[in-house]
Amino acid sequence: MDKYVEMIRIRFLMMLAYRTNYYTGILIYAINIAAYYFLWAAIYGDKPSMQGMSLGQMTTYVAISWLSRAFYFNNIDREIAMEIRDGKVATELIRPYSYLGMKAVQGLGEGLFRLFFLSLPGLLVVSLFLPLQFPENAHTWLSFSLSLLLSFVIYSELNLLAGVVTFFTFRNEGLLRAKRFIIDLFSGLILPVSFYPDWAQRLMDYFPFQAISYIPSMIITESFQGADVRDGLIVQVAWCALLLLPIGLLWRMAKKRLVVQGG
Amino acid sequence: MNAIEVEELRKEFKVHKSRSGLVGAFRDLWTRRYMTVRAVDGISFTVKQGEMVGYIGENGAGKSTTIKMLTGILTPTSGRIIVNGMNPHKEREKFVRTIGVVFGQRSQLWWDIAVQESFRLLKKVYRVPDEQYARHMSEVIEMLEIGPLLDKPVRKLSLGQRMRCELAAALIHNPPLLFLDEPTIGLDVLVKLNIRQFLKQLNERYGTTILLTTHDMSDIEALCERVIMLDEGKIIYDGSLEQLKEKWGQGKRVAFTFAEGKDASILQELTAGLDVVWKKGEQSNVWVAHVPSGGVPEVVSRVAARYALQDIRIHEVSTEEIVRNIYEEGAVHG
Repeated sequence: MDKYVEMIRIRFLMMLAYRTNYYTGILIYAINIAAYYFLWAAIYGDKPSMQGMSLGQMTTYVAISWLSRAFYFNNIDREIAMEIRDGKVATELIRPYSYLGMKAVQGLGEGLFRLFFLSLPGLLVVSLFLPLQFPENAHTWLSFSLSLLLSFVIYSELNLLAGVVTFFTFRNEGLLRAKRFIIDLFSGLILPVSFYPDWAQRLMDYFPFQAISYIPSMIITESFQGADVRDGLIVQVAWCALLLLPIGLLWRMAKKRLVVQGG
Repeated sequence: MNAIEVEELRKEFKVHKSRSGLVGAFRDLWTRRYMTVRAVDGISFTVKQGEMVGYIGENGAGKSTTIKMLTGILTPTSGRIIVNGMNPHKEREKFVRTIGVVFGQRSQLWWDIAVQESFRLLKKVYRVPDEQYARHMSEVIEMLEIGPLLDKPVRKLSLGQRMRCELAAALIHNPPLLFLDEPTIGLDVLVKLNIRQFLKQLNERYGTTILLTTHDMSDIEALCERVIMLDEGKIIYDGSLEQLKEKWGQGKRVAFTFAEGKDASILQELTAGLDVVWKKGEQSNVWVAHVPSGGVPEVVSRVAARYALQDIRIHEVSTEEIVRNIYEEGAVHG
């Protein structure tokens, strides 16, 4: 356990190693949230609500979606791909820890750092200018925190899966980029899933994407109530468990096929 | 007990062959041709605890592949490996606690953070108790003279500084077995000497078993009593360095610089009956005679009596040459 805490600490140190990155990071989150607010304000016009959401709820939805993204988003897929390409995976495999487990922890370290040191300050800046409505119900916050943690697990599992594919293909930047865009689009980050046409919504029930962003954001804006919250969390837990299967399977095959490149 | 036991170890890679040209590249999109490359081809050896063994071979001979199988990184195609009483890739996480590894061409330290932060993380990873860490590492740090480097980020270190830190990092858990894959590559003489001396002390004090690959024969001469020589995935020599020298390094090399050009047959005729082999030297008019021990005065007097000479130099045969000779012949006979 100690080593995982220490790895999170190292991640913090690495993220703090470059100061400019840190400050521009805050700015980027503030700009993203503000840009989406103005976009939605224009779309709403005079309408009081769309798809059952008021502009106030929508603004909060957008802000929370980006805040959540700061936490669940990580680059471990690209890191795995890079470590395989330049052969650095060899130095990871001589350590007494699970390679994928440690990568997930590194993602968590990165996520915690972004959440507390990038997006919370960013959100604070934005809340000075925009009318954000946060629930006062402690229960909602609790469900949201749980849901967000599950989002992180699902997102990281998808990243591990994409990363392990590199063991077989060696180069898959295109695949990784496509994966990232698909997740942003279908997870409900750019557009709440309830805005998609019915057939698309039904199709998306078969994919894990909306469990990443849509569910936690709907919980915090209190658009989900009672049983919806419970069902949402169940869907997330189910995806967490289900995704472990292909990861385990691919990893076992990958270890046999591993070729360490560059001597 | 043996530190390493290897039997009939094999590793094959499937490599895809690309066709040449643009048309070939398009055809590669549809069907790919594969060929199997045998990087390690049925090798067997054992290493006793406390031994320092040099594992040598040309580029691509299979050295690194062997090390990667011994350290549990790669899964062997077939064969049996027992290292420190365990099967490396089957019990990887438990097994790697008992070994230290340095790859000369790869850094294991975290690039952007201070060296001591890396050490601290590794200490946690290997669950080294505080007092053991303090005692053991203060010695290592002193011997490698890296005390002043500990608070610098790795990216600001020179290669020699970094390599000494890498070595220290590999020893945090004081492993009984150390793998070094070209640890002195690209280093200057002083750093090399420091590292060699350190490894010797380590071996004497803790009885650490060391398996070392290198292209620098002086590393091997300074450290190893035993060498294992590899060529095209097969072991072509396994034995003491002394014996290798005795068998192959007998006699001397005499380089004659003649006043004018000569050819091999004339010289061969001149030294007939003396078992001398003549080879053309690298400069013009230089011929090198490989002379069996005791034959040097006779050869020199015969040549000097017949031809005008500008210079004569007499060399011992170096280990490097012995190794080169063995590779040129492809195997060790007798």
